[in-house]
Amino acid sequence: MSIDSDMAEIAQIFIDESLEGIGIMESGLLNLEPGAADSETMNSIFRAAHSIKGGGATFGFTDISDFAHHVETLLDEMRQGQRDVTQAGVDLLLKSVDCLSDMISGVGDGAVDTTQAKVLQKQLEEMLETSGHSDANATAEATISDAPAPVLEETIGWHIDCVPSMDFFKSGSDPLNVFRELQLLCDAEISVQGVEQLDFSELNPEQCHLSWHIKLNDGIDKEVIDEVFSWVEDECELTFREIKAPTPPIEKAPLPVVDAVAPTENKAEEKIVEPVAQTKVSEPSKATEKPSKPAAKAAGSSQEGGSIRVNIDKVDALINLVGELVITQSMLSRFDRDFDFTQLHSLREGLTQLSRTTRELQESVMAIRMLPISFAFSRFPRLVRDTSNTLGKLVDLKVSGEGTEVDKTVLEKIGDPLVHLVRNSLDHGLESPEKRLAAGKPETGVLELNAFHEGGNIIIEVVDDGAGINKDRVLEKARERGLVAADETPSDDRINNLIFMAGFSTVETVSDLSGRGVGMDVVRRNISDLGGNVAVKSEMGVGSTFTITLPLTLAILDGQLVRVGDQSYIISLVSIIETIQCAADHVNAVVGQAEMFKLRDSYLPILRLHELFGIEADSSKIDDGLLVVVEANGQRLGIFVDDLLEQQQVVIKSLEANFRKTQGISGATILSDGNVALIVDVPGLMQLFFDKQKRIKEALVVA
Amino acid sequence: MQAQDNKAIDSLQFDEGNMVGGQYLTFMLAGEEYGIEILKVQEIKGWDKATPIPNTPDHLLGVLNLRGAVVPIIDLRRRFAFERAEYGPTTVVIVVKMAASDHERTIGLVVDAVADVYRLDDKEVQPPPELGSSVHADFVRGMATVEDKMVILLEVDTLVDFSTVDGVGSEAANNN
Repeated sequence: MSIDSDMAEIAQIFIDESLEGIGIMESGLLNLEPGAADSETMNSIFRAAHSIKGGGATFGFTDISDFAHHVETLLDEMRQGQRDVTQAGVDLLLKSVDCLSDMISGVGDGAVDTTQAKVLQKQLEEMLETSGHSDANATAEATISDAPAPVLEETIGWHIDCVPSMDFFKSGSDPLNVFRELQLLCDAEISVQGVEQLDFSELNPEQCHLSWHIKLNDGIDKEVIDEVFSWVEDECELTFREIKAPTPPIEKAPLPVVDAVAPTENKAEEKIVEPVAQTKVSEPSKATEKPSKPAAKAAGSSQEGGSIRVNIDKVDALINLVGELVITQSMLSRFDRDFDFTQLHSLREGLTQLSRTTRELQESVMAIRMLPISFAFSRFPRLVRDTSNTLGKLVDLKVSGEGTEVDKTVLEKIGDPLVHLVRNSLDHGLESPEKRLAAGKPETGVLELNAFHEGGNIIIEVVDDGAGINKDRVLEKARERGLVAADETPSDDRINNLIFMAGFSTVETVSDLSGRGVGMDVVRRNISDLGGNVAVKSEMGVGSTFTITLPLTLAILDGQLVRVGDQSYIISLVSIIETIQCAADHVNAVVGQAEMFKLRDSYLPILRLHELFGIEADSSKIDDGLLVVVEANGQRLGIFVDDLLEQQQVVIKSLEANFRKTQGISGATILSDGNVALIVDVPGLMQLFFDKQKRIKEALVVA
Repeated sequence: MQAQDNKAIDSLQFDEGNMVGGQYLTFMLAGEEYGIEILKVQEIKGWDKATPIPNTPDHLLGVLNLRGAVVPIIDLRRRFAFERAEYGPTTVVIVVKMAASDHERTIGLVVDAVADVYRLDDKEVQPPPELGSSVHADFVRGMATVEDKMVILLEVDTLVDFSTVDGVGSEAANNN
């Protein structure tokens, strides 16, 4: 299906909104316990399906709307209590949601693949035919789009109250058109409802102060009426009451099946009267209210450089701050004209205020890019459910800290590593129920996902209470692969972290989930690309904890300036453990090459920045400079520098924009004096250092 | 070819689709005059000390802060393996926009001095001479004669290939 270029933009809105709906459906379905349908959840799932159907039909994506229609039908039956919520039903619906999601994504690429939809559609139809416990006409009636389906025979007319919003005209809607259309359908009596007392001096002629009462003298289908109102339903409150032949029109909305009445019917009624917050995703008039929706589910559309939805509060805070900034600026500009030293005090005050406002402004702007991590976590209930089913394991997923906010870029890129870790825990970590029982653990394994802030970082933990890492096997494997020398006995932590090395897997059989040994090193690389790191703690038989540490934002970094010769470099504070002055007699030269120094009870290599970067240092004597002890990828070393300068927050500028990636350097920043300083990429620097050491070693061997 | 007095600085007429002709900014480098397409030039600024980037070839002097953007600075003398000269008062950085495979890059070229602006017609530009396979001349767009002087026209886009600018690349090895 190809889209007109004019349509592309609107189609994008449809895609975004529909994927949002998909998210709602998915999480809703996962929350559905078979047999006990929670009507609120059921309704939200149904509404989402309905919106997708409506949107699809509006934009001419008939494949999507047709398929969504079948899904909706099934949902409707469940919602109305005509069908039991069964495991099979939920499974089929979940599959359908996946399929819908694929189809919607396909709209963006211009090609909707319907093969899967056809298969599922058939299954849906089959399921619909085998009635849950509903009576015969349920299926037929439920296929009609809107909730209060067909009209009973005795309906002879309708009362419709139409109360437009004040801004009704601004969206270009014209009630007259609607009424004319109604009159074409059948005999309609339309009367204007009284205008409240209006003060003509304050009357805004562009606002709508009228409301209408319409009486249709024909029992036409509700669906037909809905169609007439479909373009204005967002802007006005509509109330329908049917006129029935025997009794006066007091009943609320039509009751499709008399015995399926009370609870569901009220919902249906609500849905109509509700000034429509959930339906018809694509109406342009809704654009204005989007920002106020608390940071809606943009997770589905992961195109980089895409749009972002921002909570209106954040924008307001920003505007306030800009206002303050303007005030401060005008206050300071006073001093430009006539300044004498008596005003020094107020100048200082102004500058303090300026720095405060600037800092707050910076924080608010950063906050705009922040989204709750629930966008990344939301996929896991499903993933865990599916994966544990495949593996035949019982898993209880516990998620905490979903509200923790992270930078949008981090959020987009953390998904894949997290999936890897979770799958890994499910596959390798948690044991089968039999094994767990044998080990004296509860049958159901627990997998925890936690997110929280800690000292300017975001920590994400993936915790399982499974078997833990088999250290002996890992060590054996590492020796086999030459990662660890045969005579070396590494610490437990070091062994555990070996699993992040490339090509490492201790699982004997490669499953389709994991075990190929490509996972963990990719996880680590992805995370270090984000400026974070990952570590694992594990105990045999008790479980494993993977801890991901991520910077709060990718745009600003807390850095320590260090000086080597006449150059300043910035080292991220996150990677610095401590800085020490080292006496020369604590330094040993191993084989005359690699320098090591003793830090308390461990020996760490010394990386001389001036040598590695080929620059002049003040002095090459260890006594004269400082050692900055850094840690990355579970390894520590001391970086030898001339001096420590100040700590400051630096704005990261990409080197790649105009140049290219350089090993050991993660970017650049501009210092307060206008000069450029390079930001040291600690893991990259270590790699560079070890590679160099290796080359020297090899050269020695050859010599 | 007849020399033409063509210092049409204020002339803003360009022949559409004319790939070789057009206005050229010329600069001096080791006594020779070189030209680059003026539309590629973003600005000319005075020489300023750049922040060196470790493990990059010699001709990459480092990066400069150009109003918030970090811009790499290339010393053209070193790029062409000329003998080095002291940076003097006429030394300038010509900031040019260079089309890279995926986006536009901004780089600075350090030259001895800015010379002139010429307008050259298509027919005044001769193709680059055959220098044999030993000399890489991809970045020479052509030659022109202006006022009996020879001007070498450079192709900005291929002047610097950052993919070979690598600490372990051959270029760096040659320079060390």
